[in-house]
Amino acid sequence: MAKTIRKVPALNASSMADISFLLLTFFLLVSNMDVDSGLARRLPPPPQTEEQTTVDVQRRNLLVVLVNAQNETLVQNQQGTQLYANEAELRGDGGKVALKDVVKEFVLNTQNSALLPELSEEDFGAPIGTVPVTAQHVISIQNDATTSYKAYIAVQNEVVRAYNELREEGSRKYFNTSYEDLTEDQQGQINNLFPQRISEAEPKNYGGQ
Amino acid sequence: MPALNSSSMPDIVFAILFFFMVTTTMRSETLMVRMKLPTASEVQKLEKKSLVTYINIGAPMDTRLGTGTQMQLNDRFAQVSEIQDYIAQEKASMNEADQPLMTVSIKADEETRMQYITDVKQALRQAYALKISYSARQGGN
Repeated sequence: MAKTIRKVPALNASSMADISFLLLTFFLLVSNMDVDSGLARRLPPPPQTEEQTTVDVQRRNLLVVLVNAQNETLVQNQQGTQLYANEAELRGDGGKVALKDVVKEFVLNTQNSALLPELSEEDFGAPIGTVPVTAQHVISIQNDATTSYKAYIAVQNEVVRAYNELREEGSRKYFNTSYEDLTEDQQGQINNLFPQRISEAEPKNYGGQ
Repeated sequence: MPALNSSSMPDIVFAILFFFMVTTTMRSETLMVRMKLPTASEVQKLEKKSLVTYINIGAPMDTRLGTGTQMQLNDRFAQVSEIQDYIAQEKASMNEADQPLMTVSIKADEETRMQYITDVKQALRQAYALKISYSARQGGN
């Protein structure tokens, strides 16, 4: 063993920048920053038995949204029927009541109409308290075999928009702030107040092709 | 002209490098189907990429394969009947704690017929992949 302490020669680190640039370029190229976005939905579990496939829903609690093969949308509940020929009409063009307003009125039932879902008092905790809600309402979105995906998503989007607006309004009413600014718990309360009750029905074959 | 002191350059570059290393997701499959996602205004961002499984639906890029709707799982074309195996496989590769949080993102061309989407949805139900997301571009009004 040498007794003298040997000096380590200084390492030339000038190429460090080049190496890290190389690595940086590699990660720049392979990374894809775009975050996937979409309409989140929850499917019902597969039917276990034959009886489970049908659930009885009272007529007044049901809003049927049917998108047919011509991509027209038929909205039907006990109050009446509305036909939307295209996407613009869904948003309220052409003197029609926009789909989102139909959905909102259906979910709220402000007039306590006998043709809209029944109201029941429920407690949602402070500061909302006990308010009447249509806990049993169901929005059933149905489609035909040759409906285009685009039209289907447009309808889904309008229904989700209605719920989002309801939640926004509820948030303004009870918390005096926008839904986005609420805490997670408060958002949960509002979500409980207006749960998305959208049913994507079992596939049916409507006559014709 | 005085020489610029560039001794902190590697540090800066390393900082950017670490940022990209952390945010990057390596698994990006090459798309074999052509699709134009529908637009929607109420889209939500999908958090946690590692929990998302993709199903791509559209016409094949390779025009020799025709213009019919095809589905791509991982790096190959597949039939709707293969979805269950695919989901089971993807689920098995996840943490047990993450498995209930698995989301399936359906990336389908806007001209796809609903019959195909419905079949896919039924297969997903059978596979107990119940959290789905209809992939859409932010836009419209």
